[in-house]
Amino acid sequence: MKYSGIKVLWEGLRGNMGWKPLWRNPDPKKSYDIIIVGGGGHGLATAYYLAEKFKITNIAVLEKGWLGSGNIGRNTTIIRSNYLLPQNQPFYEFSLKLWENLEQELNYNSMVSQRGVLNIFHSDSQRDAFVRRGNAMLMSGADASLLGVNGLKKMVPFLDFQNSRFPIKGGLWQPRGGTVRHDAVVWGYAKEADSRGVDIIENCEATNFLVKNGRCYGVETTKGVIKSKKVGVCVAGSSSQVMGKIGINLPIESHVLQAFVSEGLKPVIPGVITFGAGHFYVSQSNKGGLVFGGDIDGYNSYAQRGNLPVIEDVCEGGVALMPMIGRARLLRTWGGIMDMSMDGSPIIDKTNITNLYFNGGWCYGGFKATPASGFCYAHLLATGTSHHNAKDFLFNRFEKGMLIDEKGQGNQPNLH
Amino acid sequence: MLIDHPLLGLRDSSEFIYMGDAKLLNRPNWKSKNSNTKFIDYGYLRKNPAGEHKELWYHEQGDRSWLVVTRNTVTHEILKVELARYLKRKANAK
Ligand SMILES: Cc1cc2nc3c(=O)[nH]c(=O)nc-3n(C[C@H](O)[C@H](O)[C@H](O)COP(=O)(O)OP(=O)(O)OC[C@H]3O[C@@H](n4cnc5c(N)ncnc54)[C@H](O)[C@@H]3O)c2cc1C
Repeated sequence: MKYSGIKVLWEGLRGNMGWKPLWRNPDPKKSYDIIIVGGGGHGLATAYYLAEKFKITNIAVLEKGWLGSGNIGRNTTIIRSNYLLPQNQPFYEFSLKLWENLEQELNYNSMVSQRGVLNIFHSDSQRDAFVRRGNAMLMSGADASLLGVNGLKKMVPFLDFQNSRFPIKGGLWQPRGGTVRHDAVVWGYAKEADSRGVDIIENCEATNFLVKNGRCYGVETTKGVIKSKKVGVCVAGSSSQVMGKIGINLPIESHVLQAFVSEGLKPVIPGVITFGAGHFYVSQSNKGGLVFGGDIDGYNSYAQRGNLPVIEDVCEGGVALMPMIGRARLLRTWGGIMDMSMDGSPIIDKTNITNLYFNGGWCYGGFKATPASGFCYAHLLATGTSHHNAKDFLFNRFEKGMLIDEKGQGNQPNLH
Repeated sequence: MLIDHPLLGLRDSSEFIYMGDAKLLNRPNWKSKNSNTKFIDYGYLRKNPAGEHKELWYHEQGDRSWLVVTRNTVTHEILKVELARYLKRKANAK
């Protein structure tokens, strides 16, 4: 289906009777060229880029629930490319460039809103670290600027500048960062993948892999056995569960991250703002709710719900940074299960089983990566080699000691 | 979550620091065969089960003991709490 202004007008005149489902609901075929396990943002983006850039269309995407039931529909929708390390930053900048053209490319309104991302700092040493980060961003071709207190006071006058414990000294500002309507990303990729012939099969859980002589040739599913020349796993928080079926232990722990939405308020928060002295970040949705979050709960969990101490901690951070939100009421909280990797960075790689590929370990930052992750995974699946922007996201970095550790925390997933 | 500390009784989990899989108690011997592979496994690879998980919690804001907690990662139910040092002593005595 093609969306356009004229189509909207025409449908408006005809009582909106002509809109059709965005994707078919096919039964699985007996075999495919490529099966993607996991119909989240990354899985569907992979299928789309395989079809669009690599002209492989005999593909199935298997999703155990419905599209958007995983983290793609649970995150706080922030996109940015403000990383430090040379293995990460070009990848995220590549992703941000793909976001900038995504709606035109998919002919779908995913409300990509480049309203800016502002990271506040509170001390001289933090400023030094942010200057360094800003330079790394500029060197990758991204945008960044340093704002002093006066600049901040014009932009976000409501911050608690005089906070006696954490006085505000300035901020690192990335104007091209922002937010995106998260589930519209799934729907957009699904629509365009489907229209190129990709079979999207919902309510179909991959329960095991078919492996013979070290080669993978398909998957067992709740809808029967499906053969395939290649299988790409892309299941976000379920990575260890799925790879565990064939005895592969991953450098990953599953953790729960919570998100929060307040009641609807008049527009107050211009972009995305992050607190530098505690873990709190916030943006305001188009409906007016403050969308915010903070730290992961910090222990292995598959429960998709968190506990109260983190809620308290996040809200304290929020009130310390911007006391004006102290009276806003919390409307909803929820949790999502994420792959926390041992160095906080992702993996897009082959496995030691031929024709079985893996994409995971995105921690709490995989939403912004969606387009680039799909693109680079498609590149790997189609050509057998890593895309140059994802060439370091490999399994063997752990044994080689070449960790991509943005925070310098070492092999403790709950600190990344 | 409340952790039933063997010495102190029920304590709020926020008094603790979480260290992950209790397999960290069994550090490989660096002189053993294939110790390289064993250390990669020890340092980086995890079973990460959905269900029962033996894990290390450190009572930082309490008596600073290390506990081995058996917890269900799907329901957050805590099934067993033991002092890590007792487990270790028992294992070493064998
Ligand atoms: C609360 C929260 C806030 C976040 N905020 C941000 C943010 O602001 N910015 C950012 O960049 N990132 C954020 N993230 C991280 C981001 O959401 C994830 O890293 C990203 O969505 C993961 O990729 P995905 O979309 O493919 O995952 P998912 O949508 O989880 O896709 C994986 C899919 O695989 C399916 N699946 C699992 N097992 C099987 C099986 N056996 N067979 C078939 N299908 C299976 C699941 O049902 C699921 O639909 C946040 C995450 C959470 C939880």
